[in-house]
Amino acid sequence: MSLLLKHGRLLDPATGRDESLDLVITDGRIDRIGRALPAANMQVVDLTGKVIAPGFLDMHVHLREPGYEHKETIATGCAAAAAGGFTGVCCMPNTNPPLDDESVIRFIQARARVAMDGLVDVFPVGAVTMGRKGEHLAPLAELATAGAVGFSDDGDPVFDAEIMRRALEYSKMFKKPIIQHAQDPSLSKGGVANEGIVATSLGLPVIPRLAEEIMVARDIQLTEYTGGFYHVAHISTAETLETVRRAKAKGLGITCEVTPHHFVLTDEAIKGYDTNFKMNPPLRTRDDVEAMKSGLRDGTIDVIATDHAPHSFDEKEVEFQAAPFGIIGLETAVGLAFSELLGKNVLSLYQIVEKLSTNPRRVLHLPEIKIQEGETANLTIFDPVAEWVVDPATFRSQSRNTPFGGYRLKGKPVGVLNNGQAYWISPS
Amino acid sequence: MRRLKAQIIDQDGFDRTTIRLAHEILEKNKGAGNIVIVGIRTRGEFLAHRIARIIEEVEHTKLSIGSLDITLYRDDLLGKLEQPELKGTDILFDLNGKDVILIDDVLFTGRTIRAALDELIDLGRPRTIQLAVLIDRGHRQLPIRADYVGKNIPTSSQESIRVHVREVDGEDAVLLMHPEE
Amino acid sequence: MPLQSRHLLGLDGMTRDDLQLILDTAVSFREVLDRPIKKVPPLQGKTVANMFFENSTRTRLSFELAERRLSADVLGFAATGSSVSKGETLKDTARNIEAMKVDMVVMRHSASGAPHYLSRVIEANVINAGDGSHEHPTQALLDMYTIREKLGRLQGLHVCIVGDIAHSRVARSNIFGLITMGARVTVCGPATMIPRDIEKLGVSVCHHIDEVLPSVDVLNVLRIQLERDAGRLFPSIREYHNYYGITRKRLEKAGRTITVLHPGPINRDVEISADVADGEHSVILQQVLNGVAIRMAVLYLLSTQN
Repeated sequence: MSLLLKHGRLLDPATGRDESLDLVITDGRIDRIGRALPAANMQVVDLTGKVIAPGFLDMHVHLREPGYEHKETIATGCAAAAAGGFTGVCCMPNTNPPLDDESVIRFIQARARVAMDGLVDVFPVGAVTMGRKGEHLAPLAELATAGAVGFSDDGDPVFDAEIMRRALEYSKMFKKPIIQHAQDPSLSKGGVANEGIVATSLGLPVIPRLAEEIMVARDIQLTEYTGGFYHVAHISTAETLETVRRAKAKGLGITCEVTPHHFVLTDEAIKGYDTNFKMNPPLRTRDDVEAMKSGLRDGTIDVIATDHAPHSFDEKEVEFQAAPFGIIGLETAVGLAFSELLGKNVLSLYQIVEKLSTNPRRVLHLPEIKIQEGETANLTIFDPVAEWVVDPATFRSQSRNTPFGGYRLKGKPVGVLNNGQAYWISPS
Repeated sequence: MRRLKAQIIDQDGFDRTTIRLAHEILEKNKGAGNIVIVGIRTRGEFLAHRIARIIEEVEHTKLSIGSLDITLYRDDLLGKLEQPELKGTDILFDLNGKDVILIDDVLFTGRTIRAALDELIDLGRPRTIQLAVLIDRGHRQLPIRADYVGKNIPTSSQESIRVHVREVDGEDAVLLMHPEE
Repeated sequence: MPLQSRHLLGLDGMTRDDLQLILDTAVSFREVLDRPIKKVPPLQGKTVANMFFENSTRTRLSFELAERRLSADVLGFAATGSSVSKGETLKDTARNIEAMKVDMVVMRHSASGAPHYLSRVIEANVINAGDGSHEHPTQALLDMYTIREKLGRLQGLHVCIVGDIAHSRVARSNIFGLITMGARVTVCGPATMIPRDIEKLGVSVCHHIDEVLPSVDVLNVLRIQLERDAGRLFPSIREYHNYYGITRKRLEKAGRTITVLHPGPINRDVEISADVADGEHSVILQQVLNGVAIRMAVLYLLSTQN
């Protein structure tokens, strides 16, 4: 049976369309787009006041499988993605075994096909080096052929300058970006918090902003030298942003992403030693948060990605220094983006859709989603003004390590459609 | 708020009573040669100084006077809602072999005196400890009695006795108060 | 007026009234320590667990003595040879100890914030006996008590803390407490040992000890962690001693009487020379005695809080 989406506001950066229209979807394809389409023999969903956009892609997710299934599995991670309004995720390679072999990529793809009946596209990110140890290049060509959309040693940086140079040169041949967790480990070793008054008061070992800035500055020079594609993961300081801004002005193949927590929270939040505020890179200062917003506004920051990092509850219920880094983000990202960016006039609705959908696909050189008759329906539907309260107990993720429980947010996903499947978040 | 029921002792009565207590202490101990005076904070401390001054005048001598803060020895310390403030014990002389005259304003359940006795014994080994109180209002919960009593006042257990001393309250008096309303 | 918290996790954010209450209460306990029987009964029937996840002889003994002087039952726990070395988490250890009906926990831990975490997962009162590089509140309280005892006040005094400020919990607690009590604080040490933005806590920073000494009333000399720091935070012990070591000559050149504190244990002739440590301006042994009184005051005030 066909599905009729009525009265939704169609927002499609690919075609430049922004108007209220009805959509008929049959067998996962967009059959018809038009005004006041007849509803005979169709399942009708009234989307008055809702927005229909190309499917959102979170290009920075830790699905944890294989190896850490007590934190998350591909099935629960995909469910969390759908519940958060994403039709696609990129999964990071720091699994066990890591994604340095095409067999692991094939395993993930097989699991993803059955999770949510294939609703969520899982795009694997291959490791840059064998075992993510930073010493020997992983088989990048094989990984790309198997389906890797980019390469990263995320969790750790590619520290060795020569390895980074070779990785940029090699991956450039098949147009895949190197996604760098930029952090000079000799400066950040043992650190858990941003260097500054908060860490000084709390007596916590630090990760200085310099660790990120130095690494990004070096990588940009390597990118300029090699002509490769370089993407800065979870950018966190104002100075890094400025460095990226200058590099982009030169026309280099450089892109970057920011997480919602880095444009919402500051290091003040760690004052009670709550491990749900411990992430890497650490929360920075108010000036950095404001810089992230201006970077989003002027386009220096291409993408909003969550760095969804699930940990089981008892792994986080320890001393701050002993706790693992990271928080989950898939089910709060859309709400936080709309509340903080649309609600506070940082970005327009159109720009937010670009940062969540169009741009991550462009960064990864994935085909553009078009909302046109005859195209596959890959859609995220959201309500930009609905108010809700974050309740981690209702999350589809297997983990609950979020600092945003109890947050009152404005703007939430309503449903996702992809690969012939539909998932409605709040029953309507 | 408690309301005043009756004034039991006025200024003159107060003076007469302390003078009498001083003389009884001297008589029983055959002089002031071996006695030291210890008052229980807060009101007992001031009474101790009054009585000591009278004894010193009569005997032309100088007495050792100390004060005892029994807070740490209270048996209801951990059950109290309010944090009991420590004022400190201040006994700068040796108690060993002395006749200690322990002075308090009102003798009631006996629990304060029990605490004071425990603390005194931790501080040394007096030859005797004798208790002098301005008012004994009955209702004892422990086998404790006073050696010197200014005045016995039968009360109901809901009533209360309030002793005023010039140093804190601006007047010397003993007041009987109505039960709490 | 009771304390505002039922735990003592640190002096950061503690009010002047609370600090004053602890210091004043300690005066009464200091008197108890001069008695022939140095024991009073207010913690009778209470059980205090001393959980020391990091070695510390002095602080542990001082707490233990304070607890016994207050008639508490004392449960000792040292990390070495215990279940902690078998990988048990702090939470499990703490809950197990609490299951034995413990009323108060005194904890030393190598991770900053560990007692804050503990106070969220157990019911007992928690007293921080030193957490990582964060705070060591009873040490700072006994330092302030000793300064007040010697100089009669804290308000308006100039206190200089010398050493590895970045990694010192003693320094942090002293800074928080002294500033609240109205003292002026300077921290002094090589730039590698001064943490970033420390001035924002209201202290002055100085790298040359001889420049600050002529205006200083009190010197608090921190212990140098020889094993850990030499070669990384400063080139050599000799160099540290020459540039930051507190010697008699240096103090005499300052031209004023400076009271000298040290939290112990002392590395003689490294951060402080033997003749200063044993000299007439040193109050190091008073600190040890006052430490028992301060800990008694803290235990007493928290025990009557529930």
